[in-house]
Amino acid sequence: MNAESTFSVVVLIKRVPDTETRIQVKDGKVNTEGISWVISPYDEYAVEEALRLQEKYGGKVTLLCLGSEDAKETIRKGLALGADDAVHLNDPAFEGGDAATTARALAAALKKMEYALVLAGKQAVDEDNAQVAIRVAELLDLPHVNAIIKLDLADDKKSARCVREVDGERDMMETSLPAIFTAQQGLNEPRYPSLKGIMGAKKKPIADWKAADLGLDPAHLGAAGAQIQVERYDPPAPRPPGKIIPGDPATAAKELVRLLREEAKVI
Amino acid sequence: MPNNILIVAETRDGAPRKVAFELVTVAKQLAQGMGGKIEVFAMGSNLASAAQALAQAGVSKVYVADDAALDASRFAPELHAAVLADAIRAAQPAVVLFGATGVGKEISARAAAKLDWGLVTDCTDAKFENGALVLTKPVYAGKAIATVKAKSLPAMVSVRPNIFPPVEANASAAPVEIVAVKMVNVRAKVAERVKKAETAVDLSEAKIVVSGGRGVRGPEGFEPLHALAKVLGAAVGASRAAVDAGWVDYGTQVGQTGKTVSPQLYIACGISGAIQHLAGMSSSKNIVAINKDPDAPIFKVADYGIAGDLFEVVPALTEELKKVMAEK
Ligand SMILES: Cc1cc2nc3c(=O)[nH]c(=O)nc-3n(C[C@H](O)[C@H](O)[C@H](O)COP(=O)(O)OP(=O)(O)OC[C@H]3O[C@@H](n4cnc5c(N)ncnc54)[C@H](O)[C@@H]3O)c2cc1C
Repeated sequence: MNAESTFSVVVLIKRVPDTETRIQVKDGKVNTEGISWVISPYDEYAVEEALRLQEKYGGKVTLLCLGSEDAKETIRKGLALGADDAVHLNDPAFEGGDAATTARALAAALKKMEYALVLAGKQAVDEDNAQVAIRVAELLDLPHVNAIIKLDLADDKKSARCVREVDGERDMMETSLPAIFTAQQGLNEPRYPSLKGIMGAKKKPIADWKAADLGLDPAHLGAAGAQIQVERYDPPAPRPPGKIIPGDPATAAKELVRLLREEAKVI
Repeated sequence: MPNNILIVAETRDGAPRKVAFELVTVAKQLAQGMGGKIEVFAMGSNLASAAQALAQAGVSKVYVADDAALDASRFAPELHAAVLADAIRAAQPAVVLFGATGVGKEISARAAAKLDWGLVTDCTDAKFENGALVLTKPVYAGKAIATVKAKSLPAMVSVRPNIFPPVEANASAAPVEIVAVKMVNVRAKVAERVKKAETAVDLSEAKIVVSGGRGVRGPEGFEPLHALAKVLGAAVGASRAAVDAGWVDYGTQVGQTGKTVSPQLYIACGISGAIQHLAGMSSSKNIVAINKDPDAPIFKVADYGIAGDLFEVVPALTEELKKVMAEK
């Protein structure tokens, strides 16, 4: 697993709607028409960090993505940023699953890959599960460090020191390698793809792996294996229209305090 | 298997976090459909008084894993998840409830994988309907609401702080059982706590949040917001623009890539109301917007708005509140 020859980093990425997108819900389903898709923002930090490690230590950056055929476009975006190649878990058997089935497939794929460490986003901004990468760590019996904002490898690349930020507290954490790290905003400033990168991405290899390639029983994957199932989606309850309070600052402030006390009863 | 509900109570500085008492409310709601007992598990160090407080929350039993190695300042996800999984195996609950805090989300994920259970993160409601556990969970940062079902039990759920009212811890004390802590080989661990949380109340747990955006113009611009927050006993949040400018810490960012908050009152000062910001705060019970641009999108979600200069309005608000509070 821990290759002596090349320093390999695998980055887990997910295709999600751009955060600018308005999510339209119809008949209990999310209408995906007109959505523009991106690499989940936290995964972008993970890709960037992997590329910076490669700049420092050489070696190879591989993207690992579970998703439908459409996810190819998103994988190409990651390759355009500079990743060398990708593995696409592309099989209807993987789809419609929950965090557990997704982690199971990703862990099985990682077992077949070489890596010094794995990076991922701390959560995907679609379902906001914040589980998959940590589950993968447990399934592979790897240590994990969650929500890192700084990552430094020891000279021998056998251990790492990182800073993570959770619930208003900041910790310096240490771990042996290989390990899985999840990226928090603040880890770095992701780069934009260059034109050369975009052109080059078209020629970079993407391997399609199916459930059978991972030796996994489809009954334990995707919708068939999921214990957690989304029944329906609804739009959030609309907020009633608000009031604009007129007057000079002192008058408006006075009226606001009155409303907060007497109408909203929050203070 | 008994239909018990186990609450995993987080503690901070020797006291249970508020969300632990909110989880008792959730558990009671679930127990109406499920039957079964409500039990609590806490892990950490020096938990005697926290255990007592939890024991008085109207629950059947409190399990405590109390060991210096479990202190928050020595957090080791592998150990904490293993101790948690051991406790769950021993208590055999049908449902385990966590607070959807940073740590709660992290250890629940690792323990869920260890036990091969389903886990639904960051729920805003949990019900037991027609023999099934049904959860409400905001997705796409609140732009849609998912209704999620656990096809089978046992399952784990983390519940967003500040949604449910906390129970009062004034019931007669339930028994406290100290559980044995089995050490495991730990590879990742906290070497040093670099910064303690500034306030006991985390942003995601605060009743009132005062947030500042690019309109505050600099780190000093947050001073009037802090003054207002002080009068209100509020936590201070920020938009990403303020965080990216380096005026405040990332830990204060509210929004799609920051914290999700749902306080009783959210006061947005000099924040335009970008969709990613709204995602993090639009489930607040009451929203006040102070912005000099009357067309700013933040006014569309605000219950009360003042179109004016925050450097005039915020101090006026602080003064008025001081007056009113003094009268009380
Ligand atoms: C992937 C992604 C994730 C993101 N995640 C988040 C997130 O989690 N949280 C977040 O907040 N943003 C997030 N953003 C950024 C978001 O799109 C906006 O850029 C950001 O919220 C703008 O912050 P702002 O409202 O403070 O600044 P601006 O949009 O610049 O608004 C400043 C406001 O202040 C007002 N103002 C100026 N001076 C005064 C004054 N003296 N008195 C009163 N009002 C004044 C102006 O009228 C204006 O409305 C994200 C963006 C992306 C692409």
